[in-house]
This record gives sequence, C-alpha cells and structure tokens, in this order.
Amino acid sequence: MRYSGLRIIKEALTGHKGWTPAWRDVAPQNQYDFIIVGGGGHGLATAHYLAKVYGKARIAVLEKGWIGGGNVGRNTTIIRSNYLLPGNEPFYEFSMKLWEGLEQDLNYNAMVSQRGIMNLFHTDGQRDAYRRRGNAMILHGSDAELLDQEQLRKEAPFLNFDNARFPIKGALVHRRGGTVRHDAVAWGYARSADRHGVDIIQNCEVTGFKIENGKILGVETSRGFIGAGKVGVAVAGSSSKVMSYADMRLPIESHVLQAFVSEGLKPVLPGVITFGAGHFYVSQSDKGGLVFGGDIDGYNTYAQRGNLPVVEDVCEGGMALMPMIGRARLLRMWGGLMDMSMDGSPFIDKTHIDGLYFNGGWCYGGFKATPASGYAFAHLLATDTPHDTATAYRLDRFISGHMIDEKGVGAQPNLH
Amino acid sequence: MLIPHPLLGLRDAQEFVYKGDARLMARPDPQADDALQAFHDYTYLRDNPAGQHRELWFHEQGDRSWLIVTRDTRTHEILKAELARPRGKGERT
Repeated sequence: MRYSGLRIIKEALTGHKGWTPAWRDVAPQNQYDFIIVGGGGHGLATAHYLAKVYGKARIAVLEKGWIGGGNVGRNTTIIRSNYLLPGNEPFYEFSMKLWEGLEQDLNYNAMVSQRGIMNLFHTDGQRDAYRRRGNAMILHGSDAELLDQEQLRKEAPFLNFDNARFPIKGALVHRRGGTVRHDAVAWGYARSADRHGVDIIQNCEVTGFKIENGKILGVETSRGFIGAGKVGVAVAGSSSKVMSYADMRLPIESHVLQAFVSEGLKPVLPGVITFGAGHFYVSQSDKGGLVFGGDIDGYNTYAQRGNLPVVEDVCEGGMALMPMIGRARLLRMWGGLMDMSMDGSPFIDKTHIDGLYFNGGWCYGGFKATPASGYAFAHLLATDTPHDTATAYRLDRFISGHMIDEKGVGAQPNLH
Repeated sequence: MLIPHPLLGLRDAQEFVYKGDARLMARPDPQADDALQAFHDYTYLRDNPAGQHRELWFHEQGDRSWLIVTRDTRTHEILKAELARPRGKGERT
C-alpha cells in the first residue's frame, strides 16, 4: 500500500478500515541468497538498498527481538556530516544526501528536519580548529559557516556566553544537519524492504554460523538452521558476541551511552547545540522534550543502563551551557550499547570467511550513518567490492597503519 | 558502582580510572618473530565478553594502586577485586 495525502482522506472517510500492516510477519524459509543479521537501522537499510538498488532477491533480515528495539530506537536522533578526516567525511556527506531524499525513497514520513547544528567554541585555539574542520567539510561538498559571538547571540540568546571558565566565543554551524524521527527510520526501511520482497523475521536470534572449508553455508538460529549464500552482520553493540561464533576477535569494546529527555516544553531551541568545553549535546523534539546526552560511561558493559555519575556530569554540562535547562524536569533516561572501536571509526568489510561480511564499530555515531551504512554494506554484499565512500572502513586498518582517528587518542575505546 | 578495594574497603568507582581488559598486563615479547602481529592483537583486539570480565581499574583519586576487578558486564555485579601485580616468569595473569 502506497501512502499519500489522498489515501489519508480516503481512509478518514471510510473509518480507517483499509490500513494494512506495514510489513508482513513471515516464517523463515530454508534458504536465502542473503541473510542480514540484525533488524536495526543499519540492517534494515542494507536490506532495502540490496533489494531496491542492487535488485537482489531472496533476502531475509533476522532480528533477535523486535525491529528497531535496539540502538536505532535509543539514540538522540541527530544527523550531521561535519567530520574532518578524508576517510570519514565523504561517507557522512553521502549519508546526508541520502537523508535528504529518504522520505521520497521510502514513501514514509521520517520527519527529517534539517534544523541545523551549532558546535560551540570557547577559545581561540578551538575556533581555529573549527575553521579548519569547516573548510574540510566544504571541500568535501558539505556546508559550514563560522559564527562569531555577536552572530551567535542573535540565533541562540539563551546560551551562557559569559561563563567565567568557558565563555562562548562563537560556533561552527552546519545548516543541513538536524534531527530525524529515529523509530520511523527503522519502520520506513522495514516497510520499504518488505515491499521489495525482503522477509523480516523477528524473534529469531542467531546463535551460530555454519562454516565449512572457509565458506559460510548459513546461520543457526533460535528458529532452526537457515541456509544462506552470503551473510551480513550488522548488530552494533553485540558485534563481538556474534562474530565470536566465527572465532573472530574484533577491535571493539561494548560500552553504554546514556540519553535523556525532559518534559515537553514550548519551542526553545532552534536546532542541535553542542557544548565545546564539555561533552554535551541537546536538541528539542517535535513533542517538545529536550533530548540530550554526553559521554559514555567508560567501562565495558552489555547492560543497557548506565550509572549516576555520568547523569550528574551530563546535567552539569547542560547547566554550564544553558542555565535555563535547570528549570526543566528530567522525564526519562535510558542506555544503549555502543561498539566502541579502537580508533573511533566504523567497519564495513569482508571477513576472512568467504561469504561472511561485517558492519559495526559505529561508536556513538551510528544513527546519522544509517542510510550510507546500509547502502555501502549492500554494495559490498552485492558486488564484493567496497562502496567508493567506504573504502577506508577496513578491519585490517590497524595493522596496515591506516587508522581513522578523528580525536587522536589512540587505542583507548572509552576516550573516543 | 562500588569497588571492594582489598586494602581500603568499598570505594566509589568514581575514584578510579578504567583501564580495560586485564589481559593488557601480558605484553607480548618484542623480540619474537611474530612480534608485529602479536602487538597488533595485543593493542587492538579484545575478547569483549558478555559476562565475567577481568579488568584494570587504577585508583587515581585514592591510593594509586592498580586493581584487577572481576565484573559481570551484563549486570555490573562485582565478583572480586584484587591488587594487580607484575607477572612472574611462567605465571599467568
């Protein structure tokens, strides 16, 4: 069923009796050409592009719980293409372009809102670094604008400009950045993939791989064995666990990132704002809640919840940035599991096993990458060659010396 | 989280800095023939288990000792905390 304004009017006049489920509930078949492990944003996007762009048939997405129940439903919904390094920025700019056409592509309202991102700076040195970053972004076809304090005051008068320790001197603004309704991304990709014939199989946990003579034959699941020509794994948060079934150790640790939302307020924030002196980022959802977050907790964990010291740290960041946030009450907080990689950048690559492919290591930047990650992973699965924008995301980049370390902190996953 | 320090009793985890998998104490032999691969694996690859994890916590805001803490990464329950010590010859960490 195609969604349109006309359809809404028609359904309104006929008692909304004509709506059908957005995707089928199917039992797994015995054999597929492609199996995508993980029904999150990246897995569903992979299935969508694999079917639609690369014209592949007999595709299944296997999800251990329900689709969109993991990190695609737990993030702070920010999209941006404001990276510095050559291995990253073309990929994220590709992702931004896909976001811009996403709703037409999926025939689904994902509430893509390019309301802009302001990265604040507080010192001369930081301003110079942001100017350099802005230039790198422009060189890669993205957009960037440097605002001084006076210009910024006009756009965000509520910021604590005269903070004695971290005065706000200006901002690097990325106008095409913004937010997207995260659940709708999962649902939109799932619906579109389903319409292109992909089987979305929920409550089907992968418990092992069947590998013979270095080639994958299929996956063992909680609903029995399913044969496959190629298997793509996109299970960020649980990557080490799933890839251990193929006896792989990954350059990844699992950490928890907490996110927070306040009670609903009248519109107060123009877009996404990030604090440059601490780690704090905030936007306002269309329901009115302030959505914000900060650092990861910093220790290995598979519990989807964090601890109170980080809550305190995040709230301190918020108070330093915009004291008015202290008047809002915190409504909810939650945690999601991050694949923290050794250089802070992701992987989209083949493995040493023929027919087994890996997508992961997204740290806490996976949501914005969803369309490009799915596209590039589908390209890799379909053609056995990396997509032009994802050639740097190799698993062997540490031994070859081609790390993509935006922060320059080295092999310390909890600092990326 | 509270960490049961073997000398100081229960201490807030905030006093510590997390330093990762305790296997990092076992540095490979730099003179070995496969030293490049061994150091790559040592530096970049992790077991990252869901379950019991032996890990290093440095008591930076305390007595500056290094602890090996055994913790369940699924529940944050701390099962054991002991002083980290350098390995003797032929001894496993």
